[in-house]
Formats: sequence, structure tokens, C-alpha cells
Amino acid sequence: MHLQNRVWQSQSYLFCNIFSLLSFIKMDEQIKTFTISVYTENNIGLLNRISAIFQRRHINIESLTTSQSEIESVNRFVIVVNITEAQAKKIVKQIEKQVEAIRAYYHTDEETIYTESCMFKIKSVLLFEEPQIQNIIKDSNSQIVTVNKEFFVLEKSGRRHEIESLRRDLNVFGIMQFVRSGRISVTKSEMKITEMLKAFNNQ
Amino acid sequence: MNIETKNKTKEATQQTIKITGSEAIIRCLIAEGVDILYGYPGGAIMPVYDELYKFRDQIHHVLTRHEQGATHAAQGYARISGRVGVAMATSGPGATNLITGIADAQIDSTPLVCITGQVSSHLLGSDAFQETDIVGISTPVTKWNHQVTKASEIPEVIAKAFYIAKSGRPGPVLIDITKDAQFEEFDFSYKKCTGIRSYNPIPNIDIKLVEAAAELINNAKKPMIVWGQGIILGKAEDELKAVIEKAGIPAAWTILGASALPTSHPLNIGMVGMHGNYAPNKLTNECDVLIAIGMRFDDRVTGNLNTYAKQAKIIHFEIDPAEVDKNVKTDVAVLGDSKESLAALLPLLETKSHTAWLQEFKALYDIEFEKVIKDDLHPTKEGLTMGEVLNQINIETKGNAAIVSDVGQHQMIACRYSNFNITKSNITSGGLGTMGFALPAAIGAKMAAPQREVVAIIGDGGYQMTIQELGTIFQQKVPVKIVVLNNEFLGMVRQWQQLFFDKRYASTEMTNPDFVTIAKGYYIEAKRVKKREELADAVKEMIACKEAYFLEVCVEKEDNVFPMIPSGASVSDIRLS
Ligand SMILES: Cc1ncc(C[n+]2csc(CCOP(=O)(O)OP(=O)(O)O)c2C)c(N)n1
Repeated sequence: MHLQNRVWQSQSYLFCNIFSLLSFIKMDEQIKTFTISVYTENNIGLLNRISAIFQRRHINIESLTTSQSEIESVNRFVIVVNITEAQAKKIVKQIEKQVEAIRAYYHTDEETIYTESCMFKIKSVLLFEEPQIQNIIKDSNSQIVTVNKEFFVLEKSGRRHEIESLRRDLNVFGIMQFVRSGRISVTKSEMKITEMLKAFNNQ
Repeated sequence: MNIETKNKTKEATQQTIKITGSEAIIRCLIAEGVDILYGYPGGAIMPVYDELYKFRDQIHHVLTRHEQGATHAAQGYARISGRVGVAMATSGPGATNLITGIADAQIDSTPLVCITGQVSSHLLGSDAFQETDIVGISTPVTKWNHQVTKASEIPEVIAKAFYIAKSGRPGPVLIDITKDAQFEEFDFSYKKCTGIRSYNPIPNIDIKLVEAAAELINNAKKPMIVWGQGIILGKAEDELKAVIEKAGIPAAWTILGASALPTSHPLNIGMVGMHGNYAPNKLTNECDVLIAIGMRFDDRVTGNLNTYAKQAKIIHFEIDPAEVDKNVKTDVAVLGDSKESLAALLPLLETKSHTAWLQEFKALYDIEFEKVIKDDLHPTKEGLTMGEVLNQINIETKGNAAIVSDVGQHQMIACRYSNFNITKSNITSGGLGTMGFALPAAIGAKMAAPQREVVAIIGDGGYQMTIQELGTIFQQKVPVKIVVLNNEFLGMVRQWQQLFFDKRYASTEMTNPDFVTIAKGYYIEAKRVKKREELADAVKEMIACKEAYFLEVCVEKEDNVFPMIPSGASVSDIRLS
């Protein structure tokens, strides 16, 4: 038994190795989640241009968030897609080709710190009738944003699976409304956009 | 416009003056050196046309007969001169009619500025009369586009438009200007755009990579160059020639690269691609180093990518980072302007001549000559061939003409057989393959370069897509030479039907009108040739004519263009019959 087990283990070890080797060779062609970050000038048409780049290649955008970036008057797009690295490389170049895109990058989940947030609207009576809800709120690290006679609103930030598990837990009691935001993320590595823009100004 | 008025305009634009948005548009165009623009008026652009009328001694507006014609004319203008072509249209249908030309300019990297009128800003989004979201529609086919709703934005936006259209890898720009912005008065002054912080048109050359490229080239036994339009757009013709001659490298061209090196140059080995020459296609899969310069490995050039130059190290000189590794994985990619890159490469190259390797091209050329070229250019059968018409044009123009071709069999024949002595002489729709391109493009080319002989080569199908531009030729007295090679078929499609669809000629046969009578209806001198004996004299007469001239040549109905790489096949599977 003991021996058998060891054989099995070493075999699986071998398998693992072959697979990781294969995956190393084919890494470029494996579908993975990539976060594409784009620094842009503020421009009405740019969202259209960027989304068209994905549409043309039949790439579904899992989520897209735009906001102000750390630099005054520079916007940041955070786009999540499931594609191969080879595709990601090409997409980023196509985005950077747009006149008003300053820089674009792609990163894997391991290279970023990321989060999503969500809101639940739930009947207020449940807070009193179902004491279990209070525990769920506490355990899930979510916050009550507002309460009135009819409903209360719960807000939570976190990873997708945490949000999903909270949603499952609350679903038992009935959810009036649920909404989840796209991913926002910052990268572990530096972006160096400010330096780039400074260099342009000093030209 | 003479130089004096030009300078005056410059002065006038430097100080601030109170003018309307529409006058500002014209002053901006003049400040950018625009002498001719092509367009078509209508409600939403009328204030601008009113100003065009006032400034008619400084800027010449050409009324085409369709807005598509305006874009193609502007493209012809740009392609022969290297300057920015300008087209103008009204909102709604006027604007949408520009789209084909804009898409063509986008894929062929042609600098265009298109200006469209738009309904007043308070009507935007209300489905007003002739309102269309042209900025939305044109987004995927423009390098940049922008809607202006305030007159004060006009100078900066137009300055940016010209800068973006012509810098880096050129392309079309569309500016949509609401009617209220055209009427509005503001304090005008003009400053040319010299840079945009989010836009880096010319990447810096990494000299290490140039050195790596040089090393590969110096060690190569069978190097081969394929150049594209990047040589012409980068004005790198001399540098290309110097590189080729010093390193003794046989060099082939893509359809849009044609004419950058004279056809007669001993190292010019012809065209690559679907209907390109036998030798460069075959030997793409024999060379040890493939040097691609200012080209983008289009599928019509590469055929099946899985069997394209797999044995070779690939060097790519390219201005657009998005083109690197897009279709073909490179070993060394040098980003940058072609002229600068080649100038940096030249001193690093060893002087060589690859005589035996060149001989391989010669041997395959001889096969192609025997099997294809001879019968194309010097046919012994009764029917006229497209090739012999081109041959006659070569003889009469001595290879100094600019050849503007449409799309189809005649285009492939024109590109294969034209003799080019002068750069920017092959004006054709490459990437988009737009039938109807040639007639209006020839107008623009001739107007931009009146000293050049401009000959349009068109099929009977494509001719009828923009035939109404004969009106423009007549009204503007543009002395272009128009050759319609009439095979009474949509020839290229018929060829595919014959080869791949068992001769089921679905909707490719054309019952044509009397083209000579039509040309004469526009008061254009016209002749039809049906017999070989008449051809030489007719071409001679056409070229000698000082005015516009229309020549219809009735050619063999069911001739095919060879060589041919069937779609999906490898370049080395190129067929001679
Ligand atoms: C606008 C447009 N529609 C359709 C096509 C498809 N097409 C490519 S070549 C061709 C036939 C062209 O016929 P013709 O102009 O008579 O030239 P030929 O091939 O006979 O020389 C067609 C229909 C195209 N390229 N452009």
C-alpha cells in the first residue's frame, strides 16, 4: 500500500512536470485572465475606439472600468479579458496605436492587486426576522451603507469568489437588487507614466 | 497660388482676427498648404462652401460627382505627391459616402483629412434631418476623428488633424463640424501642431537591433528583401537602393511598394504575393534571411503563414509597433522610420554580391517568362491580352507614367507589367481592393502632379462604379488618360469561379454600354480598339493627346492571371497555369 502510493505519487509528479513543461512551451497560447490597463487622454470617442479593438477580434470584455488616474487629466481604463498572452500582446499594441492612448499594459492576476465591489438591496424586515443575516454581514466583512423602513443596502469589496459566496448566502432570504462593479486593480510594478509625460514636456 | 499670397496668408493667420468658424476652416487649410481639395456641398457644410467661394483664388475646390470620388481623388493626390489629401462633404449621406475612401486610406496608410458638416449642436442626437453619427461610423476606419461643436476649437483640431494624418504611419482623419460652429465668430489665430503627448509617431531606433540585423545580413548566404510602401512613405528610396547594391541583395516588392526602385534595376526581382512573380514567391521559402522593410505581411503576400519562410531568419524594419510579430514572428525587429533605419544599417553592411543566389531568381524568371510572360506581352493568339496593352503603354510612356489601377485582373497585370522609372508611380487600392478607385484617384494624381503622365487602367466592372467622375474630368479639364480593359466580365471573380467553382459564372458576366459614346457624351476624346493592328497607334495617339483621352480595349473575355497562389496555399505552391 505504502509503496503503491509512492509510485502513484511519483507518476503524478512526472505528469505534473510534463504538463508544466508543455504549458511553458505553449504559455503564449493558453487562455488566461489578463488585466489590461490603459492610460489615456480624456476623450469622448476613445472608449469606442478601444472597445472596437476587442469587438473586431471577437474578444468578450469581462469588465471595463474607467476612472481618473493618479495623474491630473489622465484617465485610466482597467479591462479584464480572458485571452492568450499572444493576443494580449497584440491587443496592447493596437490600443497604444490609438492617438489618445498614452500607454497600455497587460498583466496576469499574480502581477496585480485587484478587487471588485458590490451592493445588495434587501428588505429591512429581514434584518429583524432573520437574525442569521446579521452574522452573514459580520462574517463577510461587508458594510451597511443605508437603512430605512423598507430596505437596507449592503456593500462589499473583495475578490469575485467572496462576493459570489455572499450573494449565495443572502439569496436564501431574497435580494431586491444586486450589482457588482468591474475589477479595479493596481499593478505591483511601476507604470512610469509621469516620467513619460514629463519627458514629452521637456522635449 | 503664388508665393506672395501664400506668405500673406501666413502673416494673416499669425495675428488674432475675429472671423467665423467656416472662414477659420479655410484659413487653416491654406495655412497647411492645401491648394486643392475635393468635395461635394450640402446643407450642413454650406457656410464652409460660402467661404470657399470667397477664397477661390487661393484654394481650389473640385466638385466631384460623388463623395466617394472625392476621397479617392484626395487619395490619388496624396499618393503621388506625399502630401495630405483633403476631402469635404455634408452631413448624413454626404458623410457616409466618404467611408469607402476613408477605409481604403486607413488600410493603405494614405494621409487624408476629411471634413464633414454636421447638424447644429443643439440637434445632435435628435435624429435631425441628415444627422448621422459619422464620428461613430468612421471610428474603426480612421487614424483619428473628432467632432467640433465650438468655433474656437477649429484651429487646434485642424492643426492636429494634419499632424496626425501625415506623421508616423500616415492615415485618414475625419473632422466633423457642427453647423453652429461654422457660423460662430471667434478670435482666430493658427499654430501648426508639432507634437501630441500621447502619440509617438516615430519610434526611436535601437542601434543594437540595427547591428543585430546587420550581422544576420552579413552572414547570410541567401538574403532576400521584401519592401513595402514604407519605403515610399518614408522617402527612403535612395537608402533602399544603397543597401541593396552594397549588400548585393535581391529585392522584391509588395503591390504598394512598387516603383520605389526602378523596374529595370538588376536587383529588382519583382512582386511578391498572390499574383506576384514566380521567383520571389518560390524563393521566399528558400532564402536564409528575409528582410522585410516597411511592409506588414498581408495575407495576400504571405499565403499560408504556417508555411511562410519558416526556414529563414526574419528581420523586420517597421515604423508601426503593432505590425511587429502581428502575422510573422520576427527574429530582429527594428522599429523606426525607414529612411533613418536604412541609413543606420548601410555603414554596417559588408559589400557583397550573391551571384549564385541571384542566378536562382534568374532561372525561375526564365521559367515564368516562357510559361506566362511571353504570352501575356507578346501573344500569338487572336484575342488581345491585357499584358500587351500594358506593354504598349510602357513603350509610349518610356516607363515614366504614373499608373493608376483599379481592382481585378487588369490591376494585377498593371502592377506586374508596368515599367516604373519614378517612385510614387503605382497608385492602386491594395489593402481594401476598392473597385471604383482608379478613375477618381487618377484625377487627384494628375492634379497634384500636372507635369506627370497619368494613365488609369480600369476594368469594365470597376469603371462603372465611379464612371460619373468623367464629369469631373470634363469640368476641370484634367488631362488624364483612361484605359478600360473590357473583358465583359468581372474578370477576377470569373477567374476564381473558373478555377474553384467549376465555371459557374454567377453574376459575373457584364452587358456593357457603349463606353466610347459615354466618354464622348462628356466631351472626352475616345476610341475603341478591337484588333491588335490598331493597338499601337491608339496608345500612341492617347499618350500624345494633350487632353483627357478615353481608350477602350476589348480584350480576350476569359483570360486568367498567372502566376497565382491559391488562397490558403503556400507561397512555394505558386501556380504558373
Ligand atoms: C467595391 C468592390 N466590390 C466587389 C469587389 C470584388 N471584386 C474583386 S475583383 C472584381 C472584378 C472586377 O472586375 P473588372 O472591374 O471588370 O476587372 P477585371 O477583373 O475584369 O480586370 C470584383 C467584383 C471589390 N473588389 N470591390
